[in-house]
Formats: sequence, structure tokens, C-alpha cells
Amino acid sequence: MFESLGEKLQATLSDVRGRGTLTEDDINAAMREIRLALLEADVNFKVVRSFTSSIKEKALGANIVGALNPGQQVVKIVSDELTELMGGAAGDLAFSPRPPTIVLMAGLQGSGKTTATGKLARYLREQGSSVAVAACDVYRPAAVDQLVKVGRQVGVDVYEQGTDANPVAIAKWAADRARTEGKDVLIVDTAGRLHIDTELMDELAQIKKAIKPHDILLVVDAMTGQDAVNVAEQFAAVVDFDGVVMTKLDGDARGGAALSVKAVTGKPILFASTGEKLDQFERFHPDRMAQRILGMGDVMTLIEKAQSGYDEDQAAELERKLRKSEFDLDDFLDQIRQIRRLGPLKSLLGMIPGIGAELRNVNIDERDFDRLQAIILSMTAQERRHPELIKGSRRLRIAKGSGTNVQAVKQLIKQFEQSRKVMRQVAQGKMPDLGALMRQGGR
Amino acid sequence: MARDWSDIFIVDGQPAADADAPDGGVEAGRARKRIGRFARLRESLRKTRQALQSEIQATLFEDLSDETWERLEEALIYADVGASTTAKVVAQLEQEATENKLTGGQQLSDRLVELLTELARTGDDRIDLRAEPTVILVAGVNGTGKTTTLGKLAWHLSKELHRSVVLAAGDTFRAAAVEQLEIWAERAQVGFVKGGLGADSASVAFDAIDHARRQGTDVVLIDTAGRLHTQDNLMSELTKVRRVIAKQIPEAPHETLLTVDATTGQNGLRQAKLFSEAIDVSGIVLTKLDGTAKGGIALAIASELGIPVKLIGVGEQLEDLRPFDAGEFARALVS
Repeated sequence: MFESLGEKLQATLSDVRGRGTLTEDDINAAMREIRLALLEADVNFKVVRSFTSSIKEKALGANIVGALNPGQQVVKIVSDELTELMGGAAGDLAFSPRPPTIVLMAGLQGSGKTTATGKLARYLREQGSSVAVAACDVYRPAAVDQLVKVGRQVGVDVYEQGTDANPVAIAKWAADRARTEGKDVLIVDTAGRLHIDTELMDELAQIKKAIKPHDILLVVDAMTGQDAVNVAEQFAAVVDFDGVVMTKLDGDARGGAALSVKAVTGKPILFASTGEKLDQFERFHPDRMAQRILGMGDVMTLIEKAQSGYDEDQAAELERKLRKSEFDLDDFLDQIRQIRRLGPLKSLLGMIPGIGAELRNVNIDERDFDRLQAIILSMTAQERRHPELIKGSRRLRIAKGSGTNVQAVKQLIKQFEQSRKVMRQVAQGKMPDLGALMRQGGR
Repeated sequence: MARDWSDIFIVDGQPAADADAPDGGVEAGRARKRIGRFARLRESLRKTRQALQSEIQATLFEDLSDETWERLEEALIYADVGASTTAKVVAQLEQEATENKLTGGQQLSDRLVELLTELARTGDDRIDLRAEPTVILVAGVNGTGKTTTLGKLAWHLSKELHRSVVLAAGDTFRAAAVEQLEIWAERAQVGFVKGGLGADSASVAFDAIDHARRQGTDVVLIDTAGRLHTQDNLMSELTKVRRVIAKQIPEAPHETLLTVDATTGQNGLRQAKLFSEAIDVSGIVLTKLDGTAKGGIALAIASELGIPVKLIGVGEQLEDLRPFDAGEFARALVS
């Protein structure tokens, strides 16, 4: 339903264009859609309420000019406002001028503290810091073991005293040790605790008092619902955290909790944890999160990924070939490899705005690409340049060589012909029917 | 009267949970036990929770004005029931109010709880333990409380129902997950099966069932690694675990439980849907209800997908697992 927020607004505001400005009725109608979209994204209802009323003022009387239609115009206002509310530019950790910088991790059970601790340690180590982590979760069975293992995986020292010691004492001891051993950063993992568990919240306050951390990070699950507000408010009241780590952002949750937490506490969201692997951790980008909450895709991430994975010389060569219609199966193979280098296709699809729910849920079997590659690699150089040569016995040989069947070889050549056609159109400045192409590719 | 353990498990002969309660005072005995069991945590958390929630409570049903519907809507949204289920409930009540079936706040409040209870109560919400062995598979998103739930369930089956239980450490992915379950097995004093280094979940499940059949163990509880429902590869791996189990015992797993964190928002619906597609979920365990989250997403899951909640988690102690009670849940949603 979010995918269509833009479309819905467009439909709601379809008659505005002729008049030129948005009236109060238009805005009210638009606000209903926006409210629903934000609620479905799990933004806290009080935050939604104050947000929509501030948007309303901005949108009222906004001139509908330029290239945007009224729906887009409202979406733009909403998205800008959301980005603003989420914190404008990306924030950062506060580093102590006198190392070690101490980072305290806190959060509910299961929000992903231990994993986030490991990921942050790796992230900082990659940036050249010497990092240690301290295991202060003495309650959950095997939590210390988990941090020891994660620490080993990312190659940082783990300071632990088993589960018999007091968490406050462990934290203090670890801080001293980090100082003695000359670490740049110490990250202190703590047990998950309920925000209303006075005893454990008090313990957290004591840890804070004992080690005086430079940064306290609240770890928040991106799938959290309305309760995110209570959690954030309580943690803010007890330890006055400095920033937030959003976890499990690799799922399909809209992550409205991010907005709720920022809105009620004013604390910036610093990091995003985006996968099971320990390197799937990045700086948080408020603008991208705004787009995500509104279901507008993650264009910036996609562009960055594409830029980092793309070879400009190859691109120029490809363009030349397209213009001259020399695009052959070797180039097709290159294309497949380039695209795959960007990451799993499914995650790429999710980042493209306008690719709706139905496509996002298309199952893309990455093995299909392995098969495509195998087929092309089983062809001779001449066959790759001139696919029209591939008939009967050649087809059979290629099928056998690639461990597929004749049908698959035929299919591939058909797909190739189609994409060559599309690319030619693009090269000539025509926009192809991307949706149709995707549906084809997903099959 | 809230549901008790004897209401949820189907066993041969007498309900085992009643064994330790005197005949005449079964009800009273149960009530006392429950109060004793949860008093500690419940009481300590109650005050804060009430302070946080009083705003809605105080204003919800004074009279029936336009504002009432708006507040009602907000109360349900606040409980994470979700926009579409909320709209359904509010529309129904509004309809009944215009037909003059509801006059005044109290009637509305009663009818609301009734409606929510109906929505929450779906399918068969019991757990059948009559198969020998009974195989229970537990899956869920990372951090929703699978391992903890299994530990508590093992403890309960063993201590209260006197079943022999084996826990299978099927989470071979997360660091120290096997050790975590092993500690629970020790606490609950039940059997424990783990795989060799690099074993996959399916083979651990296979070994555990094999072990149970040879030893005559009553119940096999199988843990799995947490996974996001959007990870296709991991979801197919889960389907494979289920398939391997069914190869050994065609009717198994007899129960497939999905743990859903009560703090989860609307994404919970997607979780339930996709896990169901992969392993045909037969019941939800709604965990972490001891916080301030109301777990309204379970209502959306029940009403939109027809999957019943069977158990709830209310704390970290062994005994902090309870049968789900639709009426109690419905009342808590809007109070």
C-alpha cells in the first residue's frame, strides 16, 4: 500500500492541477492517506498526529508549479519534512580526545545488541582504531560466549569475566583495562532489559556512572511497533542515550520506529544494521529512511551501490556498442556479472522506487543467473558474437556443456534478443517498459 | 476465568496439570498458583506500565461522540492492531451504535472486548501431545525469543506434565546459540541433542527425533536459527527442516510454533504470512508481553491469517510462559 502512496495522493489531488494551488480540502484528503501510510509504517500515532499537522501548514497554499504533479508535490513536502525530522544529515559518534572512547550499548532483549556490538567493533577497526569489547550481559545464557565468538570473528579483544561477576564491576574493570592496554575504543555490551524493569534500568545507570561513556547507544529493532516511543523515552530518562542503532533493516519492515524514536527523544540515529553478516553495518542516512518509511525506495543507496560496482570505461564501451548494435553475448555476460556484483538482485529491486510490492515479492532465484552464465560460457567465441548461429547441434552441445537443456539455451537467446532490443531503445533515448522486462527476468 | 495449562494441552487420560491440585478447590488452587507465580514480576512492572498507558484508559469511553471513535481508533492503533483490523472493528461498532444497539460507554466497552475476543480466538488453539513422540518445531525472526520459549516449554512439559523431553539445538548459525539452549536444558533437566561442528538444522532435527524414538521420549522440541522472513535461502532451509522431520514421522511436526515479539509492529503480519508459507505455522507464541507493548499484531495475525496464538511469554524465568487467553488479551489491549 505504501508503494502507492504517491499514486493515491495523485488520485486524491487529481483535479488540483487546473486550479494551481492546494486547498484545505485537498490537504485534508491528502493527510488522511499520509496518516494511514505512516501508521502502517509503525510510526507512533502521536508522532503521526503532530507530524501531519505540521505538514498541513506547509502544504497549504503551496503552489503547484513546475514538473511535479500535485500528488508528487505533497509527497515531496512530506519526504522533505520527514528527512528534516529524522535529523537532516547523518550523525556520528563522539570520540574522546583522550582514548579510550567508551561506547555503552543498551536496549531491549532481542533487539540485537551483541551483534551490533560486534559489527560496530568491526566498523571502527576497519577505520583504523584499536577496539575492545566488554561482555557485561551476565544474565542471558551463553551471552558471554556469543560475544567472545563474535569478537573473535571480527578480530577484536573481548574483555570478559564470565557470568559470576557484577556487570558494573566488569564494566569498570574493562574500562581500566582498555586504558592500560591503550585501546582507542571500548564497546560495552550489556544485557537486554525491559524499559520498565526498575532494577535492571538502575543497574544500567550505575554502569554509566562507573565508566562515564562518551557515547551511549540505544539499539532498536526496525520492526518495533507503537511501543518504540515508551522504550525510547524510558531509556532516555534513565541513561540519556546519545544515539540509536537501528537493527534488522534488511527485512521488509518500514521502520517507522526510527521516526518515533527521533521525534520523542531528539536523539539521532547513527547506524543501520542491515544483515546477518558482520560487515553489514553502515552509517544511517535520514533521507533514505524517510523514503523507506514512505515506501519510495532507496534510490541513493542504489546509486551508490551502482557507482561502486560499475566500471566507467566498460560503461562507455557498452554505450558505444549499443549505439552501433554490436552488443553481443559477451557483453550480456559482463552485464550479468556487473549487476550481480551489486548484491542480491532482490535487495536491489527493493531499492527502486515504483517497483511495487508484487515485484518485491517475486522470488528471484540467484541460481538462474548461475545457469545463464554457465550457458554463455559453454559457447564458442564466435557463437557469443553471433548468437544466430546457434541452432540444432550447437544448441545441444551448449546444453550439455552447461549442464542445462536445449529449452534453457533457447530461452536464454530469446531473452538476450529482447534485452538487446530494450537496450537499443534506451540508447536511442526511448524509455523501455521496465516493468515488463522485470517480470520476464523474474521468471 | 483465565485459561490454565490443562486447557491447552491435549493428553491421554487425565489432564496432567490437575494432578497436584486438590479436587474441591481446583479453580481456587489454580488462581492462587497463578498469582503466586507471576506476582513478583507483574507487580513490579504494573505501576510503570499503568503510568504509561493511563492517558488512553482515562479517556476512552466516556460517551459516544465522534471523538469516541477517534480515540477508539487510536487505542487500537496504539496497541499495534494495525489500520485495517482497527478500521474493521471500529466500523462494526459504529454500525451497531447507529442501529442503537449500543448506548453509552459501558456497553460499547463490553461489546469492543467481545469483538476483539472473537477476532483473537481462531482455529484450534490447543497443543496435542498424544503422538509418541510429539514433535514441536519452533521458528521465528532473530531476537523474538525462540530459545527462551523452548527452554520454558521444556521445563513446563517436564515439571508440570511429567513428560520426558528432548531439546534439539537446531540453531547452528548464531554464535553460542547451542550453548544457550544447553543451559536451558540443564535448568529444565531435560534431554539435549546437538549436532557436530558444521551440522545443519535438518540433521540435528533428524538426530533428535531418532534419539527420541530409541529412548521412548515423549516430546521433541526443535530450535531453529532466527531468520528474517525476507531471506529466501534461509526460508527454504526451514522448509527443508520440516520436510526432513516429516520423512521420519509423516504427521510431524505435530506443532509448528512461530515466536512473535509483542513489541513488533505491522511487520509481524508479513512474518506470520511468509513463515506460514514456508513451514505451515500452526500457532503463535507471543513473547515479551511483560513490557508495555500490547502485542496487538497477534490480533491482526489471528483475524487476517487465521493463525491462533497458543502461548504467551511474560518474563525471563522458567515459569514465565503461559497459555494464551483470548478474553484476557482482548481486555488488556484496550485497558
